[in-house]
Amino acid sequence: MSLKQYKEVIFKPLIDENPITLQILGICSALAVTNNLSVTLVMCVALTSVVAFSNLFISIIRNYIPSSIRIIVQMTIIASLVIVVDELLKAYDYETSKKLSVFVGLIITNCIVMGRAEAFAMKEKPLLSFFDGLGNGLGYSLILIGVAIIRELFGSGSLMGYEIFTLVSNGGWYLPNNLLLLPPSSFIIIGLFIWAIRTIRPIQIEEDDFAVSKHSTAPDLTKRELNV
Amino acid sequence: MFEHYLNIFITTVFIENIALSVFLGMCTFIAISKKIDAAFGLGIAVIVVCIITVPLNNLIYNFILREDALVWLGIEGTNLEFVELISYIGVIAASVQILEMFLDKYVPALYTALGQFLPLITVNCAILGASLFMIEKDLMFGESVVYGFGAGFGWALAIVILAGIREKLKYSDIPEGLKGLGATFIIVGLMSFGFMSFGGISL
Repeated sequence: MSLKQYKEVIFKPLIDENPITLQILGICSALAVTNNLSVTLVMCVALTSVVAFSNLFISIIRNYIPSSIRIIVQMTIIASLVIVVDELLKAYDYETSKKLSVFVGLIITNCIVMGRAEAFAMKEKPLLSFFDGLGNGLGYSLILIGVAIIRELFGSGSLMGYEIFTLVSNGGWYLPNNLLLLPPSSFIIIGLFIWAIRTIRPIQIEEDDFAVSKHSTAPDLTKRELNV
Repeated sequence: MFEHYLNIFITTVFIENIALSVFLGMCTFIAISKKIDAAFGLGIAVIVVCIITVPLNNLIYNFILREDALVWLGIEGTNLEFVELISYIGVIAASVQILEMFLDKYVPALYTALGQFLPLITVNCAILGASLFMIEKDLMFGESVVYGFGAGFGWALAIVILAGIREKLKYSDIPEGLKGLGATFIIVGLMSFGFMSFGGISL
């Protein structure tokens, strides 16, 4: 149990094994809550704490869970944590909790939580699992915050509600891009993020289902072979 | 009366499509949409589970959890809404398990077709999301049956369309980094813009 291991479980999920861009986990909430940075931050904190603590608790009792009912046991732990988060949010930040509507409840079925519980917490020691949860929560937050910054800054010219670009309607110069306020735009932004990450880390590029055969005379083949 | 139900159905399938307008069940939506066959099987499984669980959760909410819901038992002043998340997910997990055993025993053909998708569905947020939206909209029992069917149907429709587009794209020359996941995200974004044009339709 070295320090290196802890460092690895925290930093790997940020870029190399990012839950959203590589593992395809936890995408639903990434799209619906990112049009406003402050709401996104609340969601990230909520999710990160649920993943970290569910990993911790599941890992503590991992040797006592019969494998046939493990999903139900995990679900119960996760659902209880989410209820705690939901009630806390309703008590201290009612406005944001209204804006997040059902998405706090949906953390239960957020596959990052289940995925990490199943893939990591069931096998590893409690403290390491806790940090793995923390790392994956941060990886998720990194992408969400990135998307939220782009959407809020260019969609409404402000960040966290403070005006950065003065809008034309307020006598300034910036004409907001309303397209970015619509939820589907976050798909496209995440798609571009994936492109950027895979350009930096070519190892993540997916194989073709049907590669062009070597004997093909397609004109772009020579170009591709030269690149390799 | 019929028009009212039809209206709920159309709204749920097209205007508030659970995959493309509220973005639920995205992980399986993107991960299992490479082939039309698999997408179709998963879509049917989601429809079946939605039809069962949404009305069940409606009954649980109205007769057990809601404020003063236990009056029919002679108990007043109860409010169990804080356990709603855990009871809904319990209902979903249990009914998926029962459905799986039922199909295995009585309809083996359907079991081989849907069996592998059923466990996946427990953690599909489209199912839990449909129940939560049903509560938020405060639907009656009859309406919740239609809503459950519409939600499942809309999701199934969306995943089959996406799988069709991805199969067509198999041979196209996409930039290296966009291959697979990246391109899928952008396609879903464009599809979702398309579905936005249904907004405002009502019967």
